[in-house]
Amino acid sequence: MITFGSILSSSWPKIFQIISVIVLFFGFYGIAFAAGARIKGKKQNSLAIGLFLVPALILVMTGLGIPAIQTFIESFKNADSSKWVGLANYTNAVKDPDIRLAFINTISWVVISPVIVTTLGITLATMLNKMKREAFAKSLIFMPMAISFVGGSLIWNLMYAYQEPNRPQTGLVGQIMVWLGFELKHLLLWSPWNNLFLMVVYIWGFTGFGMVILSAAIKGIPTEIEEAAQLDGATGFRLFRTITVPMVRTTIIVVLTTAMVGTLKLFDVIHTMTGGNFKTDVLSNRMFDENFVYLNYGRGSALAVLIFLGVIPITYYNIRSLRLERKH
Amino acid sequence: MKKTLKLSAVLSAIALVATVFTATSSTAATTEYCKDFTQFGSYKNKTVKVFAGIRDPEASVMTKVFAHFTACTGIKIAYEGTDQFETLLPVRVKGGNAPDIAIIPQPGLVETMVKTGKAVPVTAAVLKNINTYYNPAWKAFTTVKGKVYGAPFGASSKSLVWYSPAQFKALGVTVPKTWAQMDAIAAKFKAAGKLPWCAGIESGAATGWAATDWIEEMALRELGPDKYNMWWQGKLKFSSPEMQGVMNKVAAWLGTEAQVGNLQSVATRKFQDAGVPGLKDGTCGMLQQASFYSSMFPAGTTFGPGKDADAFYLPATNSKFGNPIEGAGEFPVAFSKKPEVGAVQAYFSSPAYGTERAKLGGWTSANSGIALSAYTDPVLKVVAQSLQSKKGAIVFDASDLMPTAVNGAFWKEITKFYAEGKSMKDVAAAIDANW
Repeated sequence: MITFGSILSSSWPKIFQIISVIVLFFGFYGIAFAAGARIKGKKQNSLAIGLFLVPALILVMTGLGIPAIQTFIESFKNADSSKWVGLANYTNAVKDPDIRLAFINTISWVVISPVIVTTLGITLATMLNKMKREAFAKSLIFMPMAISFVGGSLIWNLMYAYQEPNRPQTGLVGQIMVWLGFELKHLLLWSPWNNLFLMVVYIWGFTGFGMVILSAAIKGIPTEIEEAAQLDGATGFRLFRTITVPMVRTTIIVVLTTAMVGTLKLFDVIHTMTGGNFKTDVLSNRMFDENFVYLNYGRGSALAVLIFLGVIPITYYNIRSLRLERKH
Repeated sequence: MKKTLKLSAVLSAIALVATVFTATSSTAATTEYCKDFTQFGSYKNKTVKVFAGIRDPEASVMTKVFAHFTACTGIKIAYEGTDQFETLLPVRVKGGNAPDIAIIPQPGLVETMVKTGKAVPVTAAVLKNINTYYNPAWKAFTTVKGKVYGAPFGASSKSLVWYSPAQFKALGVTVPKTWAQMDAIAAKFKAAGKLPWCAGIESGAATGWAATDWIEEMALRELGPDKYNMWWQGKLKFSSPEMQGVMNKVAAWLGTEAQVGNLQSVATRKFQDAGVPGLKDGTCGMLQQASFYSSMFPAGTTFGPGKDADAFYLPATNSKFGNPIEGAGEFPVAFSKKPEVGAVQAYFSSPAYGTERAKLGGWTSANSGIALSAYTDPVLKVVAQSLQSKKGAIVFDASDLMPTAVNGAFWKEITKFYAEGKSMKDVAAAIDANW
């Protein structure tokens, strides 16, 4: 007979495992710290550094280091990682017309959307600065950031929905096009513009982030400088161009590069809205498809490595700008 | 004093007899009920984790049936369903977190899982069920290097055309027996200003699979089962003259504006929505889709000739190969040698599960141990009857049998035919490049 006890007990082992791991971890460190405290003299400092580094190092290695190395190795192997294939996965990535298109799309994502995010972000931040009920307006713009991109994509799927011309349109964007007298289009199939429509989702979700960061930087500009410029006769756009922008330059770069890294990793919008069909595929979505739909770990890993190589220079620039900003 | 004592004694005696009586009657009922389950053995507080792509409403009906098994054998079936099954299963198995049983809908994925070395061949009891109750074609689908890994859990026929009896009546036509008759009906729909065919192939990451089915049906009918098998094995290319002939026939059948309406809309319409509003409101006439499509109709829809909706066998295009069926099925594959896992697998392959499940509707099996009377739905009865047959060609979904990379390319490329107007010739060349 089935009892409540038996249902409960089925979930026991996992909880037990988790608890025992936590207990073990703290137990080990309790002993290690106690032992470390007894060691005096020159060795104490280096020992303490070592002790504190080990858990972080273990976590970084298991969560990031080892998988990264494994991905790199698998990118030189065949579909089920049973044979070495040399550079075949990389040459395939260059030759395959679909992957080549994904490359082009990814580049256009990286170039177009961060620029719009940053431009919109700084415009909004400047316009909202010292406005009445600034916080309210900002939280409205920031709101989409709280929605996952999968959720946002589902919302925008409804916005772009298409019905036959003889039926009432259910998509808001399609209906507005009808009202304005445009020809009704399948927005998600209208290549190459459909890429732009997908970018709108990302921009809608990410602009709030750029605005908040840039707004903080603008508020950090010393009032004396602004006043001095105003006394010299600078107003409006000139003030914005000659004072605001140069003063928050490093922050602009941080927002720009963060958005760029975001677009390189971007997968959820494409996966949810078009599944990479209709000429909208990007590298990260293709990587997912290769790995988990076609089960070709070799090709998937090769794409992962390529994305990683693309992210490195941007991330480097991002970190450098962050450091510069901190120095100011 | 004495009297009261006596009275209470009598009363308690009656009560006792009553308790004993009710107790025995209830155990008798349970024993009677559990008779069919003794073959699976008796266990204490065991749990078997089952993982599959089957989701609600189907999943909750299934788990309702499992409850009886649990009550009689003591094995709890912890079911987990997800729409990302094909993606998650390899990840879990690779990560050493395999379920006890995975219900795999693609023989190709069964083979992939066997290659990981983590899948376990079926027990003798399951093998006996397979040999007793199923057309041998089913066993072949999960046989890898001479070992059998599963019996079909649920099975369905894809060779069906859904229609609205009211629409057929209005046009004065009856269910077609041949392809030519079906074409004549399509012409009548067109003459009445309606689209003869309903179509929709959007399905998330698997967009395009519905259209691959159309090509398979046509290939099976035009080329026969032998060439069909050569095709999914990669021995007959998509760009071969035979397959090009098949693909161009499909393009004429379900790939023109006159037959299915705007082709781009076909690419973005969810396969679930392909026929449900259209058949009813009369915008389109017929839908080629598998038997499971009955569950897409709104609650309260009646099925059968003269009812709200009905289906007929997609006719053969010629008389060379009889009436072949394209079937589909899910195969429970074990990843554990524990006896309770074997018991659940035996239960899945036995008529004990199937009979009970069939009575609840919306489901068919290829298990010939299930009496046809268990199927209440007239459409499903027709499907089950054809699936139970132990002779005759039953082929599996060809794209599901192809390597995952080719299958994925097949989905993606055929979607391009609809979305981007890519020619069938270019579609074929692009798919062939993935072998």
